[in-house]
Amino acid sequence: MTVTTIAGVDVDRNEEGFLTDPSEWTEDVAVELARAEGIDPLTDRHWEVIRFMRAEYEAKGTGPTVRILGKTSGVPVKELYQLFPKGPAKLAAKIAGIPKPRGCI
Amino acid sequence: MPDPIEKVSIIISKGSLEGIYPGLIMANGARAEGIEANLFFTFFGLDAIHRGRLDHIKVAAVGNPGMHMASLVGVLPGMSAIATHMMEKKMEAFDIPGIPEFMELIGDTGCGMYACKASVDLFGFAEEDFIEQVQGIITVGEFYEIAAGGEIIFT
Repeated sequence: MTVTTIAGVDVDRNEEGFLTDPSEWTEDVAVELARAEGIDPLTDRHWEVIRFMRAEYEAKGTGPTVRILGKTSGVPVKELYQLFPKGPAKLAAKIAGIPKPRGCI
Repeated sequence: MPDPIEKVSIIISKGSLEGIYPGLIMANGARAEGIEANLFFTFFGLDAIHRGRLDHIKVAAVGNPGMHMASLVGVLPGMSAIATHMMEKKMEAFDIPGIPEFMELIGDTGCGMYACKASVDLFGFAEEDFIEQVQGIITVGEFYEIAAGGEIIFT
């Protein structure tokens, strides 16, 4: 675990770059994390997914998998992959400052 | 840390439920990790992409020690259907999609899907027999071209 300063905030991150404390997350942190993943700028659709991920995490303690995200977020699977080509659930979770979802399907 | 896997090509050669799911789960999981993925269906694995068959995939009730049931019982009429029904109920409880929904999901993830030409010819199938997610009927040589630069997994 390492502490890095992102958008002026000190955040704890694991070896994969996921925030270990979701409360350290800010929208500015999200913008910087997205840029580091090659997503720049974040569109309204990206934000829709990011906010959904955070809400799901708060409600259930874990982020949804791609399949669940496609069924429940209002953003279909095809579009999720266009928004987050390197893996929608994984990348959106990272940018949303929550742990990586662990579902297999 | 070793280099991450960036590309996988998964061959599905069996037509039973337990022969098809692992390859589908691995392909879908690869895409979820941002890994490029292709599925190649050969021999009885073609049933997974066959319009008239993918909704009727069954668990093998005979010669399947994993079923913990004597093969002598497995040969009774309807045993495969019973075993499949039990398995499907269990999978539904764990929110694992049925094969038709799973194929649609995997297509939407941008995973490539191909049918093996030799098997298609052997079984007398044609392009219109397959679901729309299938991008082509290809030769083994073309498969290797598509798989170039990645890992190949045979199931």
